[in-house]
Amino acid sequence: MDLKIDITEGIGKSTVKLFGEIDAYTAPQLKEKLLPLTKIERNQVEVNLENVHYMDSTGLGVFISALKSTKENNSELRLVDLQDRVLRLFRITGLDEIITIDTAIRGGNN
Amino acid sequence: MENFDFIEMKVPAKAEYVSVVRLSISGIATRLGFSYEAIEDLKVAISEAITNAVDHAYYDGDDGEVTIGFGVYDERLEVMVADHGGSFDLNEVKGGIGPYEGSESVENLREGGFGLFLIDALMDKVEIKNDYGVIVLMTKYLREAGVGLDDDQISTTQ
Repeated sequence: MDLKIDITEGIGKSTVKLFGEIDAYTAPQLKEKLLPLTKIERNQVEVNLENVHYMDSTGLGVFISALKSTKENNSELRLVDLQDRVLRLFRITGLDEIITIDTAIRGGNN
Repeated sequence: MENFDFIEMKVPAKAEYVSVVRLSISGIATRLGFSYEAIEDLKVAISEAITNAVDHAYYDGDDGEVTIGFGVYDERLEVMVADHGGSFDLNEVKGGIGPYEGSESVENLREGGFGLFLIDALMDKVEIKNDYGVIVLMTKYLREAGVGLDDDQISTTQ
C-alpha cells in the first residue's frame, strides 16, 4: 500500500491532498513533503485526509513535527476531512486538543 | 487444554512489510467475525508493535526478522510480535507512554511516543516481555454484536 501526495501551492496557502495509507513506510515520505511547506513564513498549510483510510502513530508523529515547525515559522497547519477511524486516533491521544482539525464535513463535534 | 489454531509469519524487519502483516491480520480477524471497528483497531495495534520492532532493528544496525504469531481462539485473537534483536530499556519506554496532557508544551511533544500507548488503548490485554529480544503479546476479545465505536475498549480481562 502506498501514499500519494498531491500538493497545490498558492500565495500564502498550500493544500496537501493525501491518498492511501500513512504508516512506518509512507510517513517519512509525507514528512519530507509536508515539513518544507510549514517552513514558509505565514503559510497556511491545509492537509486533506479524506482519502486516507489507514493511519497509525507514525502519522501522528509527522503531524506533531509539522505543528512544531509551524510554531517556529509563524505558519499554520489545518487537517480537514478526516475519516472517523483516523480522527479517533487524534482523540484517543488527546492531540485533537492542539492540532487544528476541521471535521465539519464529517459531522464531528468540533 | 483450550483448542486453538496457530498461524505464524516471519517478515524482514523493514517498514515496507508492516502493511503486509496488516493485510494478514485483517483476513484472520474477518475469519473470526470481528466487527469492522475491531479489525481497524487490530490493524493499528499490530502495526505499532511491528513498527517498534523495525525501529529497534534499524537502530541496532541489523536487518533481522520480526516473527508474528496469531493464536486463533473461539472468542479471542492473540497476537504475538517478537523481535529477536537487542533488548531495550522497558522502564524508559513505559515512562514515555501516555496521551497528550494539556500542560505539556508543543515544543516538548514527543514525536514517536504514542505507539505503545495506542496498543494499550486499542487491545483488551497487553503483555510485554523483555527477556530475549522484545515480545509484545496482545489479546482482543470477540464481543457480542452491538458494541459501539465509542465504547471504552480498554479493559484488562474478561
